[in-house]
Amino acid sequence: MRIGRLPARKARILALRYLGAGVVTLLFLFPVYWLFMISFKTPDEIYHLPPLWIPGQIQFSNYYVLFKDGDVLAILNSLIVAGVSSGIAIVLGTLCAYSLARFGTGGENLAMWIISQRMIPPIAVVFPIFLIYVYFGLVDGYLGLILLYTAFNLPYVIWMMRGYIVDVPLELEESALVDGLNRWEVIWKVVFPMVRPGLMATSVFTFVFAWNDFLFALVLTRTEVITFPVMLTHYFGGQSNFWAKIAAMSVLGTLPIFVAVSVMQRYLVRGISLGAVKG
Amino acid sequence: MALSASLNAAEQRKPSRLGRVLEDRLPYLIVAPAILILLLVGLFPLIYSLIVSFQRITMTENDTSFVGLLNYAELFKDTRLWVSLGHTAIITVIALPLELLIGFLMAQLFIDRMPGRQLFVALLVLPTVISPIVAGATWRLMFDVRFGPIGQILSSFAGEPVRILWTVNPAYVYPAIIICEVWQWSPFMFLLLLAALSNVDQSQLEAAEIDGASYLRVLRAIVLPAIAPIVAVACLIRGLDLVRIFDIIWALTEGGPGSMTETVSLYTYVQGFSQFETSYTAAISFLVIALLTLITTLVLKRMDLAR
Repeated sequence: MRIGRLPARKARILALRYLGAGVVTLLFLFPVYWLFMISFKTPDEIYHLPPLWIPGQIQFSNYYVLFKDGDVLAILNSLIVAGVSSGIAIVLGTLCAYSLARFGTGGENLAMWIISQRMIPPIAVVFPIFLIYVYFGLVDGYLGLILLYTAFNLPYVIWMMRGYIVDVPLELEESALVDGLNRWEVIWKVVFPMVRPGLMATSVFTFVFAWNDFLFALVLTRTEVITFPVMLTHYFGGQSNFWAKIAAMSVLGTLPIFVAVSVMQRYLVRGISLGAVKG
Repeated sequence: MALSASLNAAEQRKPSRLGRVLEDRLPYLIVAPAILILLLVGLFPLIYSLIVSFQRITMTENDTSFVGLLNYAELFKDTRLWVSLGHTAIITVIALPLELLIGFLMAQLFIDRMPGRQLFVALLVLPTVISPIVAGATWRLMFDVRFGPIGQILSSFAGEPVRILWTVNPAYVYPAIIICEVWQWSPFMFLLLLAALSNVDQSQLEAAEIDGASYLRVLRAIVLPAIAPIVAVACLIRGLDLVRIFDIIWALTEGGPGSMTETVSLYTYVQGFSQFETSYTAAISFLVIALLTLITTLVLKRMDLAR
């Protein structure tokens, strides 16, 4: 009797789980949907009462304005700053992590000092950094932001990669050394392929951190190198909100992250969880 | 023959003097650039700021004479600072458990494999990876009193027009911030807990099921202890993030109405960048660092005890 009932019960539970999954996903994605739809609405549709859930027609003039006024340069700036800084952080951080993992350089103290750098709240360092940047003329330029984001991401990269590198079997490296490879070759030809999935996840996160930063960019940019989050807040004007611009800019600014996360999807959950377990 | 072979190999490896030095010093050489940047951009400003906090530099005067602990003494008289710390605490204490609970429920929903699960997880990552400033902007649109969908949805439930000034009315501005915050970060908790839950020992769970243990009992005796370390780390990460919350509030309320939603990060920003109280801002920064260090140490201590 039980055997006969079980599949039906299981099917019901599965149906319920799909229902729950659907509702949860709808709830969490609705704001994103709303933003996306506004970016395609005409001004009439945006200020329509009651609010329209679907725009009458898909039109791109909100995006066109951003291109025409040169606002998309903010996206380009963000791409440059986030891309270059996470590239540097990944290379330097991974090398540093290798030394910490394999040679125990600096012992636990150095490792702890590095992670403690990450725990300092940005608001506590942004002001002294601003003063120093003013002194050295680094405000409102690429170099200043790149340097800052690199430093901000290094502790994260070092700790994540240290975890991954420790997991690489030592025998592999030793036999490669015996075979006549030097250390650099061992790192490049043996270790690097083994830690590639971890490296992918770490790269996505460093890029996202740099891309999403608002506080540092708000303080350290003026007119030349405005990044996309700062540009976005420029639209929150005194009397009126330029919703069309806000929505279109938000969509454009989320696109790179969306692409990066989708491409690296299979590495990410592992990346997040490992970060939590080992961090 | 063996000798010539090894000589050949040695020849191929070209152990030039520079190469030897590079290889011998390698552990330090590859650590150096990263440490240098951390010192330059991390530690150096901090030390500089510590010195500044003992001086009396403001926007109007560049008085570099030392005043001892005067700035720090001022902190205790600054009501607006303590109120801002209170706001920070309120948001953290409400949002963190909510995110944890919602993340846990979501993880429970998706813990068993089902076709299409990967797609759901992929979609649910989205709120967490988008920029907090975009999250704030999105919810500003959602909450808009006239043209936002929330008002319309509430109205259709209430049967009469509901007009809530979410970001202006003192009674609703905290719920607005917390909704946005929970929306953005519950998926983060979800991902962590999903990973943690799938690592729970299946044989223990099956044994409990055969013994006929109730769901709550299994949860308390097996599941929670197994995921406790990750839950603790997740709370620490999110807790530290919540204490320095800035972006979402900036996008939603800019600390207003008045300074109703001013958190300690916003207050520090105002002191530093609109009042230009240079030395005083530095002192606030160190108060924040001290508080965070204290909290982190306490939490880490407790975690060690729990283990």
